[in-house]
Amino acid sequence: MEHYTMNLTLKVWRQKNRQEKGHFETYDMKDILSEMSFLEMFDVLNERLILENKEPVVFDQDCREGICGACSMYIDGRAHGPWQKNTVCQLHMRAYKDGDTIVVEPWRSAAFPIIKDLMVDRKAFDRIIEAGGFISVNTGNAVDANSTPVDRAKSEEAFDSATCIGCGACVAACPNSSAVLFVGAKISQLALLPQGDPERKARVINMVDQMDKEGFGNCGNIYNCEAECPKGISVENIARMNREYLGAFSSSEMQTRPNPAKHNGV
Amino acid sequence: MTWKQLLTSSLGKKYLMGATGFFLIIYLIVHASVNALIFYDDNGATFNVVAHFMLHNYFIRFLEIGLFAVFILHIVQGLMLWKQNTSARKINYYRQNFPREIKWYSRYMGWLGTFILLFLVLHLYNFWAGTKHELYFKGPSNDLYKEMKKVFTSPLLFTLYMLGLVSLLFHLLQGFQSAFQTFGINNRRWIPIVRRIGIFYSIIICIVFALMPIAFMAGWLQ
Ligand code: HEM
Ligand code: SF4
Ligand code: FES
Repeated sequence: MEHYTMNLTLKVWRQKNRQEKGHFETYDMKDILSEMSFLEMFDVLNERLILENKEPVVFDQDCREGICGACSMYIDGRAHGPWQKNTVCQLHMRAYKDGDTIVVEPWRSAAFPIIKDLMVDRKAFDRIIEAGGFISVNTGNAVDANSTPVDRAKSEEAFDSATCIGCGACVAACPNSSAVLFVGAKISQLALLPQGDPERKARVINMVDQMDKEGFGNCGNIYNCEAECPKGISVENIARMNREYLGAFSSSEMQTRPNPAKHNGV
Repeated sequence: MTWKQLLTSSLGKKYLMGATGFFLIIYLIVHASVNALIFYDDNGATFNVVAHFMLHNYFIRFLEIGLFAVFILHIVQGLMLWKQNTSARKINYYRQNFPREIKWYSRYMGWLGTFILLFLVLHLYNFWAGTKHELYFKGPSNDLYKEMKKVFTSPLLFTLYMLGLVSLLFHLLQGFQSAFQTFGINNRRWIPIVRRIGIFYSIIICIVFALMPIAFMAGWLQ
């Protein structure tokens, strides 16, 4: 691949804390290498800001290999930047050319309040998982791995759903700030497997309930979530959640339990 | 889980939109079919017979109440969802771009619905109010075919009807497949078929409705 350097203009959202109004700050970036990752470019910027005795730009990151879901930047109007099925940390500067202006914003959603600059609080996702995104297993001897038969095709599908890294790009990209792609994936990965079956109905009710409490918007079936998801999670997961929820409502045991216990362990 | 819990949940509200949407989709087939009787070339005689029958049949009038209820549910819920969805993002993006596969009209269901609602008010005033006046206040007997001719030969009303139909077209293009997704009918086997039927339905319905004003305006129907 051709090696080159470029000069860029960065427009970055700066916001001191949750309450402050926030604004764009413009930075001239000189001699950025085409091999750098997008976050490495931010490292360059931050080193400079520190040397200038200024506040570095705060952003989330951890693995820098596209698997943890921490990085989160809305770049030139796209979640995780211009590349499809990609995280910011895996976006490389070869996507840009000399003279480009790049606008970087945080995830914007009332349910993801800004902590500082480009870092948002995604604990709403954790609380949704706590509401039912698990299976209850008694401790004791490990069960033999093959004691529960799993259909091969279903395990593949469950795995596809399980590749969701919880980054929140779906919420950020959704015109309605809806979290249904994330929640649909988390419900699907368990609903598809026999291990997830015992708590299946209470799970979907509790997780949707928590999702609603967090203040996400409602799904409008616009499908920008799927288009922007770094893992290509399919909106079929949303459809499955819609089925699961209606199914749980329609079952008689859920009728007799108006508020299914949060931890209905075995 | 109670009914209240279902219908106040985010998914429940969508089921309500989808269910009322499905009902309206079927209603439009009936509405378009009955109105298409004006194309039966007898200066509206057949059409007026059916219109008279529908106005004076108790069963149809009972169904009409249901239709109103469904419309109101769909409209009120739709507007509430729209408001809720816009307020789920307090500060908008400075820039938000959508990839090509995202249909622009899917993001404007609230606006499209509002245009349909405005059209609906006009439409009820043009065609529905008169018949009810005749029925309940012993007003003059309505010749609906003549009414149609009067309305559709007015350039202003003709234009407003066309705009209403364009809004309906895009509302349906998104709404049809959306309602299936809402009820969980989406997988690799069925969704391509549902999508095609949705496009076919939306275009046919809007063409049939559009042909009525066009036929009067162009003088094909007298
Ligand atoms: C004959 C007229 C109409 C038909 C056939 C129709 C049909 C539909 C259908 C099938 C949907 C999809 C539901 C879903 O996603 O599950 C929908 C959504 C919607 N409709 Fe209508 N509709 C009509 C009139 C209206 C009117 C008058 C309004 C007034 C504001 C409206 C507002 C909406 C909104 C806001 C949505 C989006 C809901 C969402 O996805 O969050 N519609 N419509
Ligand atoms: S569904 Fe995709 S976009 Fe949403 S949180 Fe999971 S990985 Fe991120
Ligand atoms: S930093 Fe882990 S996915 Fe980007």
